Amino acid sequence: MSSTRTTPPSPPGTGRSIRRPGDRVFAGTAKGAGILILAILAGVAAFLVVESLPALTAPAEEIPGGEGLASYVVPLVFGTLLAAVIALLVATPLAVAIALFIGYYAPRRLAQGLGYVVDLLAAIPSIVYGFWGIFWLAPKLVPFYVWLEEDLGFIPLFAGPASTTGRTMLTAGLVLAVMILPIVSAISREAFLQVPSLHREAALALGATRWEMIRMAVLPYGRSAVVGGAMLGLGRALGETMAVAIVLSVSGGITFNLISSGNPSTIAANIALEFPESSGIDINTLIASGLALFVITFAVNMLARAIVNRRADFSGAN
Amino acid sequence: MSQTSTAPVPTGSSAPGPRRGERAGRLPRWAPLACFLGAAVLVAVLWPVFDLNIALAVLYTVVLGTLAVYLLARSVEGRRRATDRLVTCLVVSAFGLAMVPLVSLVWEVVSRGIGRLDGEFFNSSLVGIVGEGGGAYHAIMGTLVITALTTLISVPIGLMTAIYLVEYAQGRLKRAITFLVDVMTGIPSIVAGLFAYALFAIFLGPGVRLGIMGAIALSVLMIPVVVRSAEEVLKLVPNELREASYALGVPKWRTIVKVVVPTAIAGLGTGVTLAIARVVGETAPLLITLGITNATNLDPFDGRMATLPVYAYYQLTQPGVPPEFATDRAWTAALVLIILVMGLNVVARLISRFFAPKSGR
Repeated sequence: MSSTRTTPPSPPGTGRSIRRPGDRVFAGTAKGAGILILAILAGVAAFLVVESLPALTAPAEEIPGGEGLASYVVPLVFGTLLAAVIALLVATPLAVAIALFIGYYAPRRLAQGLGYVVDLLAAIPSIVYGFWGIFWLAPKLVPFYVWLEEDLGFIPLFAGPASTTGRTMLTAGLVLAVMILPIVSAISREAFLQVPSLHREAALALGATRWEMIRMAVLPYGRSAVVGGAMLGLGRALGETMAVAIVLSVSGGITFNLISSGNPSTIAANIALEFPESSGIDINTLIASGLALFVITFAVNMLARAIVNRRADFSGAN
Repeated sequence: MSQTSTAPVPTGSSAPGPRRGERAGRLPRWAPLACFLGAAVLVAVLWPVFDLNIALAVLYTVVLGTLAVYLLARSVEGRRRATDRLVTCLVVSAFGLAMVPLVSLVWEVVSRGIGRLDGEFFNSSLVGIVGEGGGAYHAIMGTLVITALTTLISVPIGLMTAIYLVEYAQGRLKRAITFLVDVMTGIPSIVAGLFAYALFAIFLGPGVRLGIMGAIALSVLMIPVVVRSAEEVLKLVPNELREASYALGVPKWRTIVKVVVPTAIAGLGTGVTLAIARVVGETAPLLITLGITNATNLDPFDGRMATLPVYAYYQLTQPGVPPEFATDRAWTAALVLIILVMGLNVVARLISRFFAPKSGR
């Protein structure tokens, strides 16, 4: 939506000659700021690579764990993905339901206030979620985990033994789900609100119930936004640090057992827990794992943005 | 009940018969409420039998009530309206479920943190404190210093980038910057911290901890937020204002500084305030770039600094003996943090309400 094309300050032919120095300096500064952002992003990648090089080239026995970088990072990547996927599975349906509630079910007068209340969830710092997770949520989930182990223990996910503190992978995933809920729901809500009212009224005029109207007019229109929002939430969950670092009880190793006290850590939480006490090659190893996290989240975010942007061109509005 | 007005009225030639999945009856307005009340009463009666707790009781009430509504509607109103009512119940209970974390979190933090929300907490640091007493003066001041520094770095860069994107840029560079700013909003905070550490470790050697490192890490997180919000606001400035200014012979840069930015100032203020609110609670990048200290250090170019989130983290995870005093301090720090963030959100709303441009339309 650049205004430059429609409002040239002077005819293009003579523009160069009477361009004032103030204009040139200002335009240059603005452009410099834009390019600086690209440079920062490139710098993030470059400095992470430089600082992780010693770990990439070090002999295997010097890496923490003594079995090389790959076997150090792989369980962390697994834990990161597992926690994020749990969060995504829990949060997406809830977020869509909340977006529908605020858009189409809540009383008109309350809707905006309720939307603001949900947005408050996004404003709470992640460390506070960690406090809440370990002191409120985890103890409350222990009986639930015991029940899962007794009655659904035949499913490998719930094999147990159930943790007595509740600091399990499932708890961490649920805390992450709460944290990404507002993002996914905000993006879904925005898309649902943009559904042309003609579509909705047409559906209602044909005798559709409210749910049929939503299924036929609203959901198809907003589907891409929901997918994009869910992927943004995934990116957020992958990189979330403090809540997981506080809540999860870590013992390393790859396991799908969600309710025991022995869990793989996540990349971000592992960095936060280990970094302050580390030095030398350990730091480089942690930065290398951070590089892996950066690459993963960068890819997820790029994909999400591409989906959101691409679908915007095809939306029913045009 | 069957002669209510919802029965299809024949219009013109195509008189519809009774449609599939639909019956003529309608439930009265109070029927769903009655179903849930009935379910609640049933659960209350069964409470002693099954030894329920409050969470299970609410769960059973919702499930039974939803089931009752669905079956009743199914028998009276037909399949389609019954599905509609079922979805309504599900959507409303989903919203209720989402409120549980928010309410319990706020309650938990307030009830545990209020005890130490006293003068000493704001006036003393942790120097020489073992056990009782002590405060977070050093951490609160550290957070203010770091946040101010971050704002000082991020706002000019973010604002100029937004101006560039809206007023100057076109073509591939514009698309690249817009896209990468979007992607940059998703950088994990810990990665930003690692970046700042790596940057300084190369020049100053490993193990370095400085306040300015934290400010740079937070800037990486804050700049894209500022750019996005400022861009949205600048786009809303009507083109007529720019054209009027050009027509008077005002150069472009003065048009931007004197016309475009002042028109959008309320939105810019709101955006910057929300961006500050986002970074003020960040813990992870500060944990690895600033570390923690018990003494007051307000010089961001000289060694470790304490900040409120990191302070809360260490008070909780390394409380010392006996642990309860440090744990109390941690909760109070969390409470102060929440108050800070919520306060910034409220300020942002007030800015956008009171400083909005006087619109003539």
